[in-house]
Amino acid sequence: MSLLEVNDLQVSFVTRMGTNKAVDGISFSVDTGKITAIIGESGSGKSVACYSMLGLIPQPPGRIDGGEALFEGQDLLQMSEAQLREIRGRDIAMIFQDPMTCLNPFMTIGKQLMEPLLYHKDVSKEQAKERAIELLEEVGIRDPEDTFENFPHQFSGGMRQRVMIAMALINEPKLLIADEPTTALDVTIQAQILKLIAELQTKRDIGVIFISHDLAVVADIADQIIVMQQGKVVEGGDSQHIFHNAEHPYTKKLLAAIPADSKAPMEGKPEPIIQVRNLCTWFEQGKHKEPVKAVNDVSFDINRGEVLGLVGESGSGKSTIGRSLLRLVPVTSGQVSFDGTEVTELQGNNLKKFRRRMQMIFQDPFASLNPRMTVFDTLAEPLLLHGIETKKTVSNGVLKLMDDVGLARNFVRKYPHEFSGGQRQRIAIGRALATNPEFVVADEPVSALDVTIQAQILDLMQDLGKEYGLTMLFVSHDLAVVRHLADRILVLYKGEIVEQGTGDDLFERPQQEYTKQLLQSIPGRALLS
Amino acid sequence: MTTDVITDINEAEQGSSLWHDAWLRLRKNKLALFGGVTLLVFIIIAILTPLIAPYSYETQNLDLGATPPSAAHWLGTDIFGRDLLTQIMYGGRISLAVGFVATSVALVIGITWGAIAGYVGGRVDAVMMRLVDILYALPFMIFIVLLMVVFGRNVLLLFLAIGAVEWLTMARIMRSQVQQLRQQEFVEAAISLGLPPSTIIRRHLIPNALGPIIVYTTLTIPSVMLLEAFLSFLGLGIQPPQTSWGLLISYGAETMEEFPWLLIFPGLALTLTLFSLNFLGDGLRDALDVRRSKD
Repeated sequence: MSLLEVNDLQVSFVTRMGTNKAVDGISFSVDTGKITAIIGESGSGKSVACYSMLGLIPQPPGRIDGGEALFEGQDLLQMSEAQLREIRGRDIAMIFQDPMTCLNPFMTIGKQLMEPLLYHKDVSKEQAKERAIELLEEVGIRDPEDTFENFPHQFSGGMRQRVMIAMALINEPKLLIADEPTTALDVTIQAQILKLIAELQTKRDIGVIFISHDLAVVADIADQIIVMQQGKVVEGGDSQHIFHNAEHPYTKKLLAAIPADSKAPMEGKPEPIIQVRNLCTWFEQGKHKEPVKAVNDVSFDINRGEVLGLVGESGSGKSTIGRSLLRLVPVTSGQVSFDGTEVTELQGNNLKKFRRRMQMIFQDPFASLNPRMTVFDTLAEPLLLHGIETKKTVSNGVLKLMDDVGLARNFVRKYPHEFSGGQRQRIAIGRALATNPEFVVADEPVSALDVTIQAQILDLMQDLGKEYGLTMLFVSHDLAVVRHLADRILVLYKGEIVEQGTGDDLFERPQQEYTKQLLQSIPGRALLS
Repeated sequence: MTTDVITDINEAEQGSSLWHDAWLRLRKNKLALFGGVTLLVFIIIAILTPLIAPYSYETQNLDLGATPPSAAHWLGTDIFGRDLLTQIMYGGRISLAVGFVATSVALVIGITWGAIAGYVGGRVDAVMMRLVDILYALPFMIFIVLLMVVFGRNVLLLFLAIGAVEWLTMARIMRSQVQQLRQQEFVEAAISLGLPPSTIIRRHLIPNALGPIIVYTTLTIPSVMLLEAFLSFLGLGIQPPQTSWGLLISYGAETMEEFPWLLIFPGLALTLTLFSLNFLGDGLRDALDVRRSKD
């Protein structure tokens, strides 16, 4: 018998706009000792399916329309709230995406760890503490006895996720549900957490449901993969089967969206358009503290027409370099020359003229568009500001931009919230291209998007790059994406460049220890080769 | 959703689509519309009062004294025999003017001050906000009395004085809003487009900060009207025979037991104004929030 067997589960959300079937008759089973991955894009119903079994979706608007979820033979859907509470946390435990918001910032790690134990099991405080420390050790927290009294903010993101895992495991659950547990983490940390989950699962012989939007992430650890789209299971089975003999077109599309190639090297003689020399961008921390050296003595060139990739973990200073070049953060020292002009000294009208030639595409298309401006207003603003179009001709300019970035013309009067993430990113790209710039900084432009949308946006950026003759600085933590897009890659670590070269150089012949470590961390390496 | 291909946009020349769309949404909100129309009627009456008032507001008729509503005096008369309807109409002129002028003063100064402090930040922000703190700490009454002593008693000065006190909170609300919005990437995007700070504040920051500002404004107008009544009661504001709703209400309250209509009718006028303001304010806030559905 399977540990969990879901048959024909149906969940819908009733809103004023009508009924929305979030989960439309899905069936799957989870076995003890196996990792089952549920893959799907946002809105595919993967999380709703798991949350509804545990009674964790608000009802209304949520409504379970039918089906059964047999956990050790008992139907979870028929249980009362009290019975479910007994099962949650004791037999079935969960890990969530963002470890910061899931921990109470005002309670020590130790107290939070002991809480479920004291609630579910009849143990003394001393026993609970002993157990908690054991577990912290097991999930790889150093000196658990010392850190026991620490508060969540004293831990890094990866460490917090370890604490969350310890908390989930403290009552010896039989089933662990992990909802995108590594999405908020850096690649190297992600690799560690994935390894930890796989290890714990084998050691404890429990069942794991791993929810993710990214096939590559689960490639190394999943035994079984279920692919969901629009509330339905489109394909399911053994992970080897999915990766090598996928049948459903959607699964194939997901697999194809994992970029696996290197860009062909540029032809012609390189002509540097941007020269960065000894760039330092430090952030003051107050009078008596050392400044944060976000970017420290960095020198590099960007050639005309080239896509330069900039990779590194969060805090490596990669975004700050991009913003320094565009004068969005004040530069501490060093030179940035753009087509012969010293950028760091520009003021007033000269700076404005220069801004027209350099633009930025931001990471989060939900934050980078003014929510109170229509597509028209957003795209018209740069056109009018720089006198590219007059008030009379501006609508033609806006429509041309919309055509270029692949937005339907009838969306022109809509506001950002009416669009999906991918469409919003198209608007943001349109805004950046409105001034017909020569150089664009793209700061993680696809990290906030679903995998298949990612591929579309990357294609669009490549096409437009050619059409507009753009030089691009492409900032990303995703090595596979950068390899696919960039002519040359810089690897950044703690504000300094540790290695640079073409995609093939770095991937085939990495020189530095840190680069090797980064490459090791790429999820689904097996798929890339 | 229409699927026809758009080739040209003619509405584009009609200015900001935010306000245009807001008006379309506001038009569908019955309560807000009712509020707006009521206020408009009150304002028109206030402007036309010298022409349409049934009696003179000064003329006393001591023989008549206080009478309940009748055919000659629709809302009755006060203890000096003056027509109450006329008094409410003249009082409305003062009250509405105080409410709107003082609040406008507060809005203009407060929004500008707060937006600049929040946007520029650093030392400028520190100096600007400490100034606000100092003004906060000044006893309000002494401030007004001083103004009156120095410049003489003057209705316009009263408006300015009240406005000059009310803008402080407005500036604080605006500053905290702007500080939050300033972190957003769309502001950074605006900077990288080369927009000057004044345009960024006007086009990108203020429209996104309007929600709390509008709510606070609808609260400020009535509180300003009551403040005027309080000052007048102390002899610092309007003096008889000039009057305002606030004054009428406070006199009415004194004689409430014998002549209840002297309290009820001015009270009704004020209440109706406040209700209308709140409906209109809520409606405006919703209409400006583009995330609400367009139905």
